[in-house]
Amino acid sequence: MSSTAKKKGFGATIWDYLTTVDHKKIAILYLIAGTLFFVIGGIEAMLIRIQLAKPNNDFVSAGLFNEIITMHGTTMIFLAAMPLLFAFMNAVVPLQIGARDVAFPFLNSLGFWLFFWGGIFLNLSWLLGGAPDAGWTSYASLSLASPGHGIDFYAIGLQISGAGTLISGINFIVTIINMRAPGMTFMRMPLFTWTTFVSSSLILFAFPPLTVGLFFMIFDRMFGSNFFDHTMGGNTIIWEHLFWIFGHPEVYILVLPAFGLYSEIIPTFARKRLFGYSSMVFATILIGFLGFMVWAHHMFTVGLGATANAIFAVATMAIAVPTGMKVFNWLCTMWGGSIKVTTPMLYALGFIPSFVAGGVTGVMQASAPLDYQLHDSYFIVAHFHYVIVGGIVLALFAGAHFYWPIMFNRMLNETLGKITFVVFFIGFHMTFFVQHFLGLMGMPRRVFTYLPNQGLDTYNLISTIGAFLMAIGVVLLVVNVIITTIQNKPCGRDPWGDGRTLEWAIPQPVPYYNFKQTPLVRGLDTYWIEKMEGNKEGMSYAEPISDIHMPNNSIIPFVMVFGLFVAGFGALYNPDADKPWALAVLIIGLAITFGSMIVRSLKDDLGYHISKEELMNEKGGNE
Amino acid sequence: MSHDVHVEARNEAEYQHSRRKAGQAMRNQVTVFAVMIFLTFIAFAAVQAGFSAYLVVPLVLLFAGVQVGLQLYYFMHLSEKGTGIMQFFIYSGALVAFTMVLGFVTIVWI
Repeated sequence: MSSTAKKKGFGATIWDYLTTVDHKKIAILYLIAGTLFFVIGGIEAMLIRIQLAKPNNDFVSAGLFNEIITMHGTTMIFLAAMPLLFAFMNAVVPLQIGARDVAFPFLNSLGFWLFFWGGIFLNLSWLLGGAPDAGWTSYASLSLASPGHGIDFYAIGLQISGAGTLISGINFIVTIINMRAPGMTFMRMPLFTWTTFVSSSLILFAFPPLTVGLFFMIFDRMFGSNFFDHTMGGNTIIWEHLFWIFGHPEVYILVLPAFGLYSEIIPTFARKRLFGYSSMVFATILIGFLGFMVWAHHMFTVGLGATANAIFAVATMAIAVPTGMKVFNWLCTMWGGSIKVTTPMLYALGFIPSFVAGGVTGVMQASAPLDYQLHDSYFIVAHFHYVIVGGIVLALFAGAHFYWPIMFNRMLNETLGKITFVVFFIGFHMTFFVQHFLGLMGMPRRVFTYLPNQGLDTYNLISTIGAFLMAIGVVLLVVNVIITTIQNKPCGRDPWGDGRTLEWAIPQPVPYYNFKQTPLVRGLDTYWIEKMEGNKEGMSYAEPISDIHMPNNSIIPFVMVFGLFVAGFGALYNPDADKPWALAVLIIGLAITFGSMIVRSLKDDLGYHISKEELMNEKGGNE
Repeated sequence: MSHDVHVEARNEAEYQHSRRKAGQAMRNQVTVFAVMIFLTFIAFAAVQAGFSAYLVVPLVLLFAGVQVGLQLYYFMHLSEKGTGIMQFFIYSGALVAFTMVLGFVTIVWI
C-alpha cells in the first residue's frame, strides 16, 4: 500500500490520523493532545496563582477555586504528563529496540483514543454544571458529599482514560519483551526502553486498584451502593488506601521514563557511555518494587498507629538509595566527558539539583513525626512540584528538544531553546522555592485565600511572579515550535552528531515501516559502535530484504471509545429523576462499544505486505 | 518480520524423542488431574464432616494454594523453558497483591 507515500489533502490527513495504527503517528497524537491538556492545566495553575497573589483576593470564589485546583492536579497528572511521556515512548521505544511497530498496533490506537475521550469527558464538566471539587485525590468523605455532577465526571472520565493507560502499558511490556531486534538482549537495551518497561509494569500493577476504587466511587455516587459510607457499614479510609496504592506508583510511572530521557541525553552530550549501566537498571527495578510498599506515607496523619507509620517511614526512606544511585551515575557519566551544552543537556543539568531538592524534602516528609507538621501545608505543594516540574516537566521539555528531529525531522531552534530554559527554570524556582517557607510558616494547602500581615504576602507575590515566568517559558517553547514548523528545514539523520542508540541510525524521515531490514545489535549503544567502526549505513543487518507485513489502519478504536464516551453520560445522568433518557443513552453507548468489538472480532483483518521490489525502489522514508 | 515459511524436517530419532516427551507430559497431566480431583474431594469431605472451622478454613485455603501451583506448572506449562519473564511477573504481582492485602488486614480492618 504505497498510497501512504503520496501527498494528501487536509481531510485525508485527518482521516489518516483518526484511523492510524502507526506508532509514530500515535506519538504525534499523544504529543498534540497532551500539549492541549498541558495548556489547559497551565491556565488553571495561573488562575490559582493570580488568586493567591495578594491577601483577601476575590479573583475567583472559594467554590470555583476548589474546582480549579482539582482540575489542575487531575489534568496535569493524568492528561498532560502521562500522555506526553507516552508520546516519547511511542516515538522512540520501537525504534530503539529495532522493531517495526509496537506488538499490538490496534491496541495502541485504542489506548490513545480512550485517554483522549476520557480527558475530554473530564474537561466537559466545566461546561456541564461544574467541575469536580474534592482535590485530585478526591477523598471519599469529601467527594461523596459533593453536590452536582463534578465528581461523577472525575470518576467516569478517569475510568475511561485509565483503561487507555492500562492498555498502552500492557502493549509496551509485550513490545519490549517480544519485539527486540536480534542481539538486543535485556542488558543491551537503552535506558529509556528499560524505564519504559519498568514503568509499564508499574502501570500494569497500579492501575487495577484505581479502577476498583473508581468503580466503587461510581457505584456509591450513581447506583446507590455504600462502599465508602460509614453510616451504612462502609469505610471511607478504603478509598484513601486504594487511591494511594495506585497513586504512589503513579509518581514513579511518571518519573521513571523521565529518568530514562535524562539517561539518554546525558551520555549523548557528555559523549561517554552511561556510567554504571547495570546499576542504573537495577536501581530502576528496585524503585519499581519499593514504589508499591510505601503508599501509606501519604496517610501518616490518618491515624494508622505508630507501628504502621514507622514501617512505611522506613520503606519510604529506602527509596532514596536507588534514586541516589541514579543521581551519582549521571554525575559520573558527565565526569571527564567532553560535554556539549545543548538545550536538552541544559535541561538535564538543571534537572539534577532541582530533583535532588525535591527528593530531599521527600525524605523529610518520610519521617512520620515531622510529617504531622508538614502535612497538607504548602511545604507538600513545594515538594511535589519540585519532583514533578523539576523532574518530569524538565524531562518533557528536554525530550521535546532532543527527539524533535526523530519525530518531525526538524531541529528546534537552539538559541530560543536556551532562552526558554533560563526563563522557565528561574520561574520554576521562584514559584516553588518560597512555597517551602510558606508551608513552614503555616499556610495550608488548597486554601483559597489568606489574611494580610501574617508574613505570607511577599512570598505569595514572588511565587505568582515566578508562575508568570514559567508561563512565558511555555509560550516561548510554543513559539519555537511554530518557527521551526514555518522554516520547515529537514535536519536529516543524527542531527546532534552524537547519537548513540538505534533510533538515530534510521534515515530521516523515518520510513513508515521503520527498518527496511531488521538490524543486528552488537552491544550497548548500537549506533555508536557502528559509527566507531566506520559503518556509513549506521547498522548491521540481521536479515536480507524481504516482504514486510504491515497492519491496516482502522477507525474501530475511535468508534469503540466514542461508545464508552456516550455511555459515560448515560451513567452520569442516571441518578437524576428529571433525565429519564439517561438509561437509554447508557445502553446505546455500550451497544456502540460492544458492536464495534463484535465487528473487530468477526472481521478478519490480516494487514497487507510491502513487497520486496517496492522496498528496493524506495530510497529513504515517505513524507 | 515476514519470511518464507520455515519447514522443519525431523529425523526418526527426533520424532521418537518428541513422542516420548509428549507421552510423559500427558501422563503427568492425567496424574495431576487425578491429584487435583482428590484434593477437591478432601476439601468437600472436610466441610461435610463438620470439623471445626479453624481446621476446615486453613485446610481449604492450603489445598487451594496447592491447586493453583499445580494448575500453573502442569496445565499452563510454567515449568517449561522460556517462561522466566512470566514467572517474574506472576510472582511480582503476587507480592504486590500480598502487600496490599496484608496492609488492609493489619491497618484497616483489625
